[in-house]
Amino acid sequence: MEALYYLLLTLVKILIIVIPLMLCVAYLTYAERKIIGFMQVRLGPNRVNLSIIPIIGRIRGFGQPIADAVKLMFKEIMIPSNADRFLFVIAPVLAMAPALAAWAVIPFADGLVLSDINAGLLYILAMSSIGVYGVIVAGWASNSKYALLGSLRSAAQIISYEIAMGFALVGVLMAAGSLNLGEIVSAQQGNFLHWFWLPLLPLFLVYLISGVAETNRAPFDVAEGESEIVGFHVEYSGMLFAVFFLAEYANMILISALTTLMFMGGWLSPFEGIPVLEPLFAWVPGIFWFLAKVSSVLFFFLWIRATFPRYRYDQIMRLGWKVFIPITLVWILVLGVLILMKLPPWFA
Amino acid sequence: MKAVANYIKSLFLFELLKGLNLTMRYLWEKKITIQYPDEKTPQSYRFRGRHALRRYPNGEERCIACKLCEAVCPALAITIEASEREDGTRRTTRYEIDLTKCIFCGFCEESCPVDSIVETRVFEYHGEQRGDLLMTKEKLLAAGDELEEQLAADRALDAPYR
Repeated sequence: MEALYYLLLTLVKILIIVIPLMLCVAYLTYAERKIIGFMQVRLGPNRVNLSIIPIIGRIRGFGQPIADAVKLMFKEIMIPSNADRFLFVIAPVLAMAPALAAWAVIPFADGLVLSDINAGLLYILAMSSIGVYGVIVAGWASNSKYALLGSLRSAAQIISYEIAMGFALVGVLMAAGSLNLGEIVSAQQGNFLHWFWLPLLPLFLVYLISGVAETNRAPFDVAEGESEIVGFHVEYSGMLFAVFFLAEYANMILISALTTLMFMGGWLSPFEGIPVLEPLFAWVPGIFWFLAKVSSVLFFFLWIRATFPRYRYDQIMRLGWKVFIPITLVWILVLGVLILMKLPPWFA
Repeated sequence: MKAVANYIKSLFLFELLKGLNLTMRYLWEKKITIQYPDEKTPQSYRFRGRHALRRYPNGEERCIACKLCEAVCPALAITIEASEREDGTRRTTRYEIDLTKCIFCGFCEESCPVDSIVETRVFEYHGEQRGDLLMTKEKLLAAGDELEEQLAADRALDAPYR
C-alpha cells in the first residue's frame, strides 16, 4: 500500500513536470520563429490566433504550435523499405527520453526537486550521453548511406563536445564540492557576483557553446543544413521527425536549466545581500528566478541562431578538440590553485 | 603584434559580439513585412499585369491586326488571324494570348501603334479549368472595357515619357 502510494505520488509529480515541459517545448518553437523573425525584421507567425481565450487570444500567432502539431500528426510516417522498423521507430524515442528523464534531478527551487540524489551531476552526464544513441540508431536503422554518414557526423560532434562539457562540469563540482545539484546551487549563495559564472567564466562560456553544439543547434547544426549536407534524419517524416525536433528543443531547455543551476545560481535571487534591492525583491519566489534565468539562456540560444552562419564540419571539430578542451584543462588547473588559495568570496 | 591582437580578438569572440549586437538592434527595429492580402505595396502606373484590348471612345476596337505584337512576342504567346470586315477595314478574327506562355515583358504594348493591346494592373487572377488562362479576343476586349478608365489614366501619366 505504502509503495503503491509512493508510486502514484511520483507519477503525479512526473506529470506535473513533464506536461508543462512539453508545453514549453511547443512554445519554444513559437518563440524561436517569432524572435528570429523579429531579428530579421520580419513579423514571424501571426495568423493562427487562439481568439476564444481572453488574454492569450490577443497574442498574434499563439496557436501556431498547436496547428503545427496537428499538421504533423496527420502526416504520413514513411518507413523506408529494408529499414529496421523497430529501431527506426524507437530512435526518436531514444533521443527524446533522456532529455525528459534528466529533469528528475533538476531543482526548480529550494527543495522543489523530484529526486534529490547525491549523484545528480553524474546522472545528468549519463542521460545526456544516452541521447547520442538516438542519433546513431536513427542513422543506422534508416538503411540509407546518407542517413548513416550523417548520423556518424552528428554522433562524432556530440561526443566531442561532451568531453569539453564534462570538463566544464568538473570545474563546477570542484568549486561546489558536491555532485548534488541542490548543493551546487547552495554553494553559490550571495548576490549575482557570487555565482560561479565569474570564477568559472571560461568554463561557463565553453559550457554554453558546447551546449549549443551538443544539441545540434545553429551555428553547429550541420545535421539539418538542408542546403549543404544531409543529416541523420533524412528518412524521417511526419510525427517521427517531429519527435526528433521536439527532442532538440527539450535538450535546449535542459541545457539552459543546467547552465542556470551550475553557473547562474539556480533559484537564487541576484540581489541577495545588496542593501536596497534585496528587501525590494524578497517576495519573488525562487522558481521565478529559476525560470527567468532559463528563459534568458534560451533567448541566447535563439539569438545566436539568428546571428551566426553555420560552421563547416572540420571547423566544428577543430573548435571542440583544439580550443575548448585545452581551455577547460588549463582553467581546471587555475581553479585548483584558486580553491587552494581560498579566494573570497567564492571559495572562502 | 598584429597577429597577437588578432589572436586576442578571436579568443574573446570580439567579432561575434559585434554580430550579436547587430541582431539585437534589429530585434527592436520596425518590421517591414507587408501582410499581402490585407496590405498591398503601391503599384506603378507602368505595372505589367494581365492583358486587355482597348477600344476608341466611340466603341470601335483599336486593333488593326498589324501583327507587330505577335512578331515581337519573345515567348510566342500571341496568335492573330485577320481578315477584311464588311466596311472594308482590316480587323482580327482571332486574337489570343496564352498567359501560361506570356512572360509579361510588355513588348506587345510597346510595339502597338494604336495603343490597343495593353497590360493592366491586374495580377491577382487564376484559372480553374484548362483554357481559363488562354485570353481570347472576347475576354481581352471585356477586360479592356472594364478597366478603360484606369488604363486611360495610366497611359496619360506615361505620355510625357513616350
